[in-house]
Amino acid sequence: MREVDVEKITEAVAKLSIDANYYIPQDVRSKIIEMRNQEESPVAKAILDQILKNQDIASDEKMPICQDTGFAVVYVEYGQEVRFVGGNIKEAISKGVAKGYTDGYLRKSILLDPLKRTPNSGDNTPPVIWFDIVPGDKVKITIAPKGGGSENMSRTKMMKPSDGVEGFKKFVIDSVVEAGGNPCPPGVIGVGVGGTFDKCAWLAKKALLRDIGERNSDPFYAELELEILDKINKSGVGPMGLGGNTTALEVFIEQYPLHIATFPAAVNINCHAARHKKIVI
Amino acid sequence: MAVYHFTTPLTEEDVRKLRIGDEVYISGLVYTARDAAHQRLLDMLANGDELPFQVDGSVIYYVGPAPAPPGKPIGSAGPTTSYRMDAYSPTLIANGERGMIGKGPRNRDVVDAMKKYGAVYFAATGGAAALIAKTILKAEIIAFPELMSEAIRKLEVEDFPVIVAQDSYGGNMFEEGTKKYHKD
Repeated sequence: MREVDVEKITEAVAKLSIDANYYIPQDVRSKIIEMRNQEESPVAKAILDQILKNQDIASDEKMPICQDTGFAVVYVEYGQEVRFVGGNIKEAISKGVAKGYTDGYLRKSILLDPLKRTPNSGDNTPPVIWFDIVPGDKVKITIAPKGGGSENMSRTKMMKPSDGVEGFKKFVIDSVVEAGGNPCPPGVIGVGVGGTFDKCAWLAKKALLRDIGERNSDPFYAELELEILDKINKSGVGPMGLGGNTTALEVFIEQYPLHIATFPAAVNINCHAARHKKIVI
Repeated sequence: MAVYHFTTPLTEEDVRKLRIGDEVYISGLVYTARDAAHQRLLDMLANGDELPFQVDGSVIYYVGPAPAPPGKPIGSAGPTTSYRMDAYSPTLIANGERGMIGKGPRNRDVVDAMKKYGAVYFAATGGAAALIAKTILKAEIIAFPELMSEAIRKLEVEDFPVIVAQDSYGGNMFEEGTKKYHKD
């Protein structure tokens, strides 16, 4: 067994929280530049230029790209040969989020009671944490701060098996087009299909962690991703919903086996600040 | 599509000049409010209490900024989604609010009030939060500090860049822009 001190995890999560919010992933930036150069609408071009300039200011001045520094969603894949020592791993992650959001002057957006809508936790905890056990003795931590505006435009639908592939495509495209400018397009569209009600939504969010251009390994799904992306970009919604050819940077589909009676699908929309950052310990 | 530079407070005459697609650079005082602050403002109006700022001629910016780092007046400060304020805006517009800054479209009730009283809805670029923060020279919490990022702030801004997304004549750039660039 390899021993990993949870204090190391706290430090890593704090740094990831800050870095994810200050520095846009290079692949996301490159895709925005590529699409900006193909954009027909002058207003859309000007908006994309502002988005790019904003990324420069954020990294140069060490400020968050967006004021909504999100719900801290943390994925931990740890090897079955790993033993955590020095404390509780969940508490260590939570401490890391609190430290990162405080030291990095990030916004604290978490309300402790969903119905009373108060109080604010004050340090952006708790995070949402997903654990997965994998072979080996390493720990991979990925943090994906998720903004509220794009999360609000996400959907889950228990479709009927008779809806077929066409019904699935329509659900995904309609979800993005009807969301319009609200989720800060052009963003990344995460799609889950199959599994159970909950697994499907989880897959849609997990899909957002892929790098731009990283296609589904199944050629059928890879082709579907590109077809849906093309249709979304022909919708005309454009950057911030004000019209244009740049509505989504990517569509990523994650699939899972399903029950014969069901056909769950989920769409989780990310904004153009498609933030995620990982580390292997 | 014209370019305007305006200093707040705005008059009905200013607002009626504006059409969708116009670029506007706003200077002067702008007030921040999100969902929770709007609810409190409406409660105060219903009780006949004095509001924390003069609504007549005001521009309200839908934002919950990030905390100010040392040496800066404010942290990153981009717009939040506006439809969540649709329930409150008609009342504020009837009380003299002239401009709203946010992202995403507004509903029919807001548009009807904008047409009737003369108000305009500006879109700022969502997520361009560090860029917008550079146009904010001063920030001061003037009400509801317990709401933290959702407190009402008085911002002094210089050339805050916005686009007229919905005008006081019913023009809607979200609909027209999407229609224009739609391909079958």
